[in-house]
Amino acid sequence: MNIDPRPSVIDERLKKVKRIIAVTGWKGGIGKSVTACTLALLLAKKGFKTGLFDLDFAGASDHVILGAKGLFPKEEKGLEPPVFEGVKFMSVVFFSENKAVPLRGANVSDAIIELLAITQWGELDFLVLDMPPGINDAALDVMRFARKAEVLAVTTPSVLAHDVLARSLKLYQSLKAPVLGVVENMSGGGKPKNAAAAIKFDPGLEKALGRPEALLKTAFASGLGRALKALGLPGPA
Amino acid sequence: MHEWALAESVIKSAVEHASTEKLKKLKETGVVFGELQAIDTEIFVFALEELRKQFAGAKDCKFKIIKQPAVFRCKACSHEFPLKGLRKTKDEAEFIHFVPEMAHTFLKCPKCKSPDFEIAAGRGVSISYIKGDR
Repeated sequence: MNIDPRPSVIDERLKKVKRIIAVTGWKGGIGKSVTACTLALLLAKKGFKTGLFDLDFAGASDHVILGAKGLFPKEEKGLEPPVFEGVKFMSVVFFSENKAVPLRGANVSDAIIELLAITQWGELDFLVLDMPPGINDAALDVMRFARKAEVLAVTTPSVLAHDVLARSLKLYQSLKAPVLGVVENMSGGGKPKNAAAAIKFDPGLEKALGRPEALLKTAFASGLGRALKALGLPGPA
Repeated sequence: MHEWALAESVIKSAVEHASTEKLKKLKETGVVFGELQAIDTEIFVFALEELRKQFAGAKDCKFKIIKQPAVFRCKACSHEFPLKGLRKTKDEAEFIHFVPEMAHTFLKCPKCKSPDFEIAAGRGVSISYIKGDR
């Protein structure tokens, strides 16, 4: 017998979380992490108790987008995520000293299960998951354990991103994961194809990275705010 | 006290297993502590004793701690090596304590220096057996 006890408490850890939004994208560099971070900041600013969990272990970047430095979880019957700009934030970078985390698929799964089992999120209105890119065992595990998760898919106008998106959405349907909708990022304008909303390419976004106040003032954040309303999520007032 | 969260997972798994296997009384559970995670036995046992009050099914269960040495197998050169002798700072040891996979960030194969190794044994907390009365 070899029982992994950790999955048994994951439901318990997420019990007081009302909604889990899994921000997913199937191509690299399409703005998935910026979307997840900005979404968390927008929700927190609106007064919702919000958490953000960077699950992109190989390319964790939420701490850079937020400019979150010098943080570490508090040890209290597990790990309590530090609060940054009103958002409870958890990331693998707390444990890697910002060094590379060279993990194979099964190891990523193991690390994600460990953090899901020991992180005490407490009461939250929203937990935003910045998902690992693509559909791999880590992404499948997250969907398996965070059963309440609703998928918010990010894509770009490129035919390459849309092609992968169509296949991936079918897979999420077969996993019975509710899909909130698709947001087309870096749009050139016009009506998006197969997406609920489009966010125009914002050349000013790069300069706002690392500064939450500035990030929330970008055209990207305004575009995301409008997209959230189209997806039935609370956007900015 | 992050041991508390893992102790809770052990006691909850044992109770759930007893229910699935229709065990009337949970008598003994074997809890494996992999060397890599360096679980504090005293804190873990204290947590189990406190948690026992919340889980009626585990009221009389004895938890036997079994310590398992860590064994690593290098994917690059196939060398098998133990934890002992691998250099790590106090902070690095703590990060591995929270997330054992961080071993791949901080430890290397002593023979070829690759971080691409398998944790063949002794990773973290698991349950090796559950005894009870039907």
